[in-house]
Amino acid sequence: MTTLNVNGKSLSIDVPDDTPLLWALRDGAGLTGTKFGCGIAQCGACTVHIDGKPVRSCVMPVTAAQGKAVTTIEGIAADPVGHAVQTAWRKLDVVQCGYCQSGQIMSATALLKAKRKPSDADIDLAMSGNVCRCATYVRIRAAIHAAAATLA
Amino acid sequence: MNDKIRLADLSETALLADAAPDIVRRRFLQSGAGLALAIYFAPLSADGVRPGKATAVAASNASSFAPNAFVRIDTDGTVTVIAKHLEMGQGTFTGLATLVAEELDADWSQVRVIGAPADAQRYGNAAFGGLQGTGGSTAMASAYEQMRQAGATARAMLVAAAAQQWQVPADRITVSDGLVHHVAAQRSAHFGELVALAAQQPLPQNVKLKDPAQFKLIGKQHLVRKDTPAKTDGSAQFTQDVQLPGMLVAVIAHPPRFGGSVARFDAAAAKAIPGVVDVVAVPGQRGVFQGGVAVLANNTWSAIRGRQVLTVDWDESQAWKIGSDALLAQYRALAQQPGQQAHSSGDQQQAFASAAKTIEAQYEVPFLAHAAMEPLNCVVKLGDGACEMWNGEQFQTVDQKNIAALLGLKPEQVTINQVYAGGSFGRRANPKSDYLLEAVALAQAAQKAGHSAPVKMVWTREDDMRGGYYRPLNVHALKAAIDAQGDVSAWWQRIVGQSIMRGGPMEMMIKDGVDPTSVEGAADLPYAMPSLHVELHSPELDVPVQWLRSVGHTHTAFSTEVFIDEIAAATAKDPYELRRNLLAQQPRHLAVLELAAAKAGWGKPLARGAAGERRGRGIAVHKSFESYVANVAEVTVKADGSIKVDRVVCAVDCGIAVNPDMVRAQMEGGIGYGLSIALHGAITLKDGAVEQSNFHDYLPLRMHEMPAVEVYIVASAEKPTGAGEPGTPVIAPALVNALYAATGQRLRSLPIDVAQLREVRAA
Repeated sequence: MTTLNVNGKSLSIDVPDDTPLLWALRDGAGLTGTKFGCGIAQCGACTVHIDGKPVRSCVMPVTAAQGKAVTTIEGIAADPVGHAVQTAWRKLDVVQCGYCQSGQIMSATALLKAKRKPSDADIDLAMSGNVCRCATYVRIRAAIHAAAATLA
Repeated sequence: MNDKIRLADLSETALLADAAPDIVRRRFLQSGAGLALAIYFAPLSADGVRPGKATAVAASNASSFAPNAFVRIDTDGTVTVIAKHLEMGQGTFTGLATLVAEELDADWSQVRVIGAPADAQRYGNAAFGGLQGTGGSTAMASAYEQMRQAGATARAMLVAAAAQQWQVPADRITVSDGLVHHVAAQRSAHFGELVALAAQQPLPQNVKLKDPAQFKLIGKQHLVRKDTPAKTDGSAQFTQDVQLPGMLVAVIAHPPRFGGSVARFDAAAAKAIPGVVDVVAVPGQRGVFQGGVAVLANNTWSAIRGRQVLTVDWDESQAWKIGSDALLAQYRALAQQPGQQAHSSGDQQQAFASAAKTIEAQYEVPFLAHAAMEPLNCVVKLGDGACEMWNGEQFQTVDQKNIAALLGLKPEQVTINQVYAGGSFGRRANPKSDYLLEAVALAQAAQKAGHSAPVKMVWTREDDMRGGYYRPLNVHALKAAIDAQGDVSAWWQRIVGQSIMRGGPMEMMIKDGVDPTSVEGAADLPYAMPSLHVELHSPELDVPVQWLRSVGHTHTAFSTEVFIDEIAAATAKDPYELRRNLLAQQPRHLAVLELAAAKAGWGKPLARGAAGERRGRGIAVHKSFESYVANVAEVTVKADGSIKVDRVVCAVDCGIAVNPDMVRAQMEGGIGYGLSIALHGAITLKDGAVEQSNFHDYLPLRMHEMPAVEVYIVASAEKPTGAGEPGTPVIAPALVNALYAATGQRLRSLPIDVAQLREVRAA
């Protein structure tokens, strides 16, 4: 039994110790907003925040998240930056299939928390680990700029 | 009751998911529009905004009004649109809802959308001969009048209800933004208030649809996508997210080569993994699905871990063992042999015999994996004489039939719950139902081993990448005759590539040995040609192939649009002007071509790059799925030979753009998907085994590679045509043509090999 702090709540999750955080969240805690895309930290669909920093939960053992604050897409609206990002995503209708978008929103939120006015180069750097096969990149970029403007 | 409505055979209600046994089904034939509308009163209940939850309630329930299979209005005023098409990112839920809401005069915020159950009688696609399915970019085209009729019918019945309640003539009642008014009587009502009375109104005949000039929603404004909220807070339900009580998760070890099978396996180590429940052999079907050895566990990670330690000996006596290089050599040799004639007009012999110049080129494109973000998966629950599935379901009628055949059931005993698909690009519409049959065979094997719980089969990214059903490898040989005036007098093309239709339910589409999906976009070349001749070879291989977003156009747009550029270069003509001249009789091609060129500033010099950089602009135009798309691409070749696509200007004519913003999104995304193909996409085989496995060696387009995209939509009064696919095939030739403009190097194979651009252009 692993105890995790997820979205401000303490959760007891019954999974083997070597389970990646991704599957602990999805199968153990029923938080299915965090997605499985590649399993090798190549696509970013599984991005969550650990103590406010973006991590690929598919390669992080659940035990490594113990004692830390885990934030998932289900909890990101409570963060003012996360809320601004979600709002911009909705305003610009960024999503298509939507499967990668939890991870995109988590990465974008982490970027804006670290840098309130990111340049296009900053966006390239922060977001290139998040694959979108629908190629919604034009709107992701625009939505990050739009969210930055509302946070200014 | 309307006497045109008859009580139907109650056994038909088995087609409804969770149908209440006493449901009354009434249907009639709407003669005016010539289409059959199945009419129900309250066949579907509201239970959340997720797709795939459509269930039936008894007719006596007056809490909602459902004048047809596509619309239901609840007493709280919620308008539920039942979407006959799969939402896989293309925006069809929003498009279908727009059509209904327009004629219903609903307020956009009161409309929600759920996925329809598998039931071809109610939800068949007219463009597929009535089979239920999503594909060929047909949704808006086939639904344009059907959904508007559905909305208009509901509106007329609400108006009739208000007229009855207020004792006023119906023709003085107006509807706008979800409110029914009678000005003189100073009465108004929300839809919800009229539900009970509306449900008692006779079905109107010949409802009148709006004149496009009256449209308030179609083509008019930005409507927030109906799937956006759930897809930005993590609540959207994909197959991967389905969790049923007691459900087992299964991960399957496939043979390393197509055609292989299980010889023996040792499950001891896998069974020792905590959470693993059992290990079972899953028999495959040669040429359909692979099967293998499945690890059943009570969670996904245990199943993945169990497979890692599984020992399987494979029987490869029947396995496919050829590599891509040998295959390519065979294809090149075939390109020298006469093939099946797909099109022939004019006098080729005479044109080539009298040509002042002949231009030849050969183009090659590899196998491609669809690689949607959600790897393939499916949830199966086997019951007594029943099979219930949860899936991002793209081809209901074909899948029901194939699954029923495997299980010895009737197709209607296969229930399919629709959930969102995390992309598909065609992969979830497999005409042989490959991964669905594998999931069912797996559930059967589990059941035989004593596990009757529902099973979620999960393919990992590696399984998805190596599991086959690729866009076929293609070699195209082209030749053009140029006469003494420098004009093209003949175009000759020979295509070598596997048939997608062969061996599936669409095999009857193959005419005289020519699969139309192999030659589409080439055999109907739009350019004015005194003579056009197109041939096809369709080699039979054990590598499973399937349509991928824009199907044959993925390779025909590439070969034809690069070759026309080669003709322009060889005849010292501007590639845009040459296209214009040859498209003089093709007004819709011409319009998008001219629009893209004008917006891109074709003919004006490009801004210079930094020292050592070479820049170029390329153009391409192509029609697919009845829509017309032109791209102008601007590219920079850096000093180190790497390339950056800076800007793409796209013009599209898809008839009436039901949701202009989503048409723009589909062009942006189609260009990105096409750029992935152009820059990176290749599945290769070595001794029969697929060499790629994940996103580190099958590279997807990433943020830093995405160009700025501008989309211009041609204003049109024509009926809507495709938007999901036509944006994809045009960018690869536009890019290759831009690279030629920048470097003088003509690349003829995909993905682009930047090594070829490193040579410094001779001055």
